[in-house]
Amino acid sequence: MSAGTPASPLAIHATGIVKAFPGVVANDHVDFDLRTGEVHALLGENGAGKSTLMNILAGLYSPDAGEIRVNGQPVSFRSPRDAIAAGIGMVHQHFALVPSQTVTENVLLGLDRPRFRLDLRRHDEEVRELALSVGLRIDPRARIWQLSVGEQQRVETLKLLHRGARILIMDEPTAVLAPHEIDELFTTLRAMTAAGRSVVFISHKLGEVLAIADRITVMRRGHVTAAGIPAAGATMDELARQMVGRTVLERITRTEREPGDVVLEVRGVEADNDRGVPALRGASLQVRSGEIVGVAAVAGNGQAELAGVVTGLRACRGTVRVSGEDIANRSPVVAIRRGVGHVPEDRNLVGSAPNLSLVDNAMMKRYRDRPIASGLLIDEDAARGLAERLKDGYQVAAPSVDSEARLLSGGNLQRLILGREMETSPRLLVAVQPTRGLDVGAIERVHQLLLDLRTAGAAILLISEELDELFALADRIDVMYEGRVVGSFPPDPALVHEIGLHMTGGAAAA
Amino acid sequence: MIVSLEPRVAAPRWLAPAAVVAAVIAALVSGGIVIAIAGGDPIRSYAHIFVAAFGSIGVVSDTLVKATPLILTGLACAVAFRMRLWNIGAEGQFLMGAWGASAVVLLPILPAGTPGPVLIPAMVVAGALAGAAWALAPGILRARLGVNEIITSLMLNYVALFWVQYWVFGPWSEGGFQQTRPFPPEAWLPRLTDFAAGNPMLGGLTVHLGLVFGLIAAALLWVVLERGRWGYELRLTGDSPAAARYAGINIGRTIVVVFLVSGALAGIAGMSEVSGVVHRLQDRISPGYGYTAIIIAYLARFGPFRVVVAAILFGALILAGREIQPSGVPAMIQGFVLFALIVAEVLVKYRVRIGRPAASTA
Repeated sequence: MSAGTPASPLAIHATGIVKAFPGVVANDHVDFDLRTGEVHALLGENGAGKSTLMNILAGLYSPDAGEIRVNGQPVSFRSPRDAIAAGIGMVHQHFALVPSQTVTENVLLGLDRPRFRLDLRRHDEEVRELALSVGLRIDPRARIWQLSVGEQQRVETLKLLHRGARILIMDEPTAVLAPHEIDELFTTLRAMTAAGRSVVFISHKLGEVLAIADRITVMRRGHVTAAGIPAAGATMDELARQMVGRTVLERITRTEREPGDVVLEVRGVEADNDRGVPALRGASLQVRSGEIVGVAAVAGNGQAELAGVVTGLRACRGTVRVSGEDIANRSPVVAIRRGVGHVPEDRNLVGSAPNLSLVDNAMMKRYRDRPIASGLLIDEDAARGLAERLKDGYQVAAPSVDSEARLLSGGNLQRLILGREMETSPRLLVAVQPTRGLDVGAIERVHQLLLDLRTAGAAILLISEELDELFALADRIDVMYEGRVVGSFPPDPALVHEIGLHMTGGAAAA
Repeated sequence: MIVSLEPRVAAPRWLAPAAVVAAVIAALVSGGIVIAIAGGDPIRSYAHIFVAAFGSIGVVSDTLVKATPLILTGLACAVAFRMRLWNIGAEGQFLMGAWGASAVVLLPILPAGTPGPVLIPAMVVAGALAGAAWALAPGILRARLGVNEIITSLMLNYVALFWVQYWVFGPWSEGGFQQTRPFPPEAWLPRLTDFAAGNPMLGGLTVHLGLVFGLIAAALLWVVLERGRWGYELRLTGDSPAAARYAGINIGRTIVVVFLVSGALAGIAGMSEVSGVVHRLQDRISPGYGYTAIIIAYLARFGPFRVVVAAILFGALILAGREIQPSGVPAMIQGFVLFALIVAEVLVKYRVRIGRPAASTA
């Protein structure tokens, strides 16, 4: 690791940065410095102000106060274009790529040159060389839609490098990556810093931060709680404390419980994904009552489609029995009536209707039935009562049940959704990435709710990319690879390598 | 100096209605400026418009007659727009409704001499069915294939226009004129003036039963949309189709049903116009009611009772257009209203920031 020595010039030196949004001070006199040639991790929970700070450095926001120096020169960015001119580029969590165009075309998009005639072949070569120089594996002629999320991230990185970025800000780059892709990313980051570039690495995963960073800055609620401490001497416990302000040992209670009858039985299911490509190729699994079955898989191996098939949202071939009745290929209503609850992956647009009130969101699954339905009408009082019950019972912090769902924070929205599904006393709950993007406190509450539901005797199919989450909650972990269940493991953290091998198809090859 | 738009996190509840009122005022002021530039006196012009539309019981009745088709077509648009289905085809559905109602008398579907209490309900049903049928194709195409309903519904307006022209110039033409023979009185919607024998006060008041159709439709829609399960499904689907599917709503079916209801309402508007006002089918039966309805639905923010109010205002404008010179003034004001509404919508959703971006204090 090419740790920048204290003597090397500061690539970025930001002092006293203040940025307020209506109702919240996202950055309250924040200082941050980045040395040339280092990987500096910025650690913090969601809402700690990490992204705000980096958006300021990348020219997306203007700070309300504070000074930024790049290589010693004071700067004032009005747009990302100014920032990139000063050598700062940011890889966002959501990519801005044109799916139908090639890698090279995307890299060139928006540049002043080439002006008119586009000699793609020459630029393909240029992009290939640039990629090789930092160890990015990418085919310049591939079209974006053909690429995996990890590869698309590499294109975003290439775009910035091509524009001459010397400082790269990566916003939670590992959130979308498979384990082996993370290793590749780290190799690339090291290659870049070795060549004199500097990297800011935003994350909330302690293990990764310790693995890649030279120095670490921790933020909490708009303040810096640890400024540029060397990663070498840091420990997970210490960092976690600085991140959340208290020790984080999940205090969830988990009772031992004998599983009951089989509730969900999936056998030989095949289904296509949204692009019409086979995603499930004969998947089979079982979940019993009072049991949490975790599904571990790298994104795109059919786990999302599995959730769709079980909840009636996706067409399929094969058998999906819930308490004995085959509900495959029926409709979402059939699944709902059969007692299948669903915490969807996209809580903002699938799990809730953003511009409707909490009342409207609370009754999504129950507006057809008494007491909410009264004939063809909706009983206003019953609907409000349900919303109030969810708001109080599941600690949904909102001004009132008339507030719009989009105004809730991720954790509050997720508790509303979980509460709504739990209030229907589901026989089976399908939970997909239920804690993605939530902070530590919110994760703990979601975990406890899932365990409570298990205690109550529901069968739970938990699909998660967080192996730690599966180890903490699941009674059994089924690993999916290329649309099939390729292995079933007890939730023993000692098996992580074995599970990882199955997730990446290594077990089949061996 | 830069002007930028920032999304509002939470718009206060009063903002949207206030913006509509402000938009109407802004439209009237802009119209006034144009009138002044043209050498007119805006205050007198507006006063004249007001008197021409509301100055006596007689003109109020005329205003309501003009408002009647606007109420029904406005409701047709509002119900579709709620689900973000942009049915721009109310004009064509109106024409087909007028044709369908006429067909009952002229084809004829019911024999001559059928008494009014049978004939008129049959005409209402025929108008509703014809309007709904005209909306069915855009609905199915949108639901099944995702075809843009704006294009399909708009294009079908021209087809409907030619269809009506074919019948009034051809098979149903009366002596080669572009109109059919008049309907027999049994096919007329009762008007207030028809009861003048018993109450002389009602003499000359041409407001007809179609207005009651409009008011009943508004009340029914309000209950269904604001208090009903179906209205909830529309709200949910309009806001997030993925969430609606997740909640178990059959989106395709909901889209088709919304188009059918929308088309039926516009069809009843057409029936009410031929049966209540013109008493025959003729070319140019609509001066663009189905298009004005779009503005009305927006002005009313898709609320059924607000549609009634907005339709009466526009009815007044249309009526006054005949009274004042130049007669383009009401059309101009309509245009300004639409324009101001679109601006207001942006201002409700976004906050305008004017100024330099805060630079780092060096």
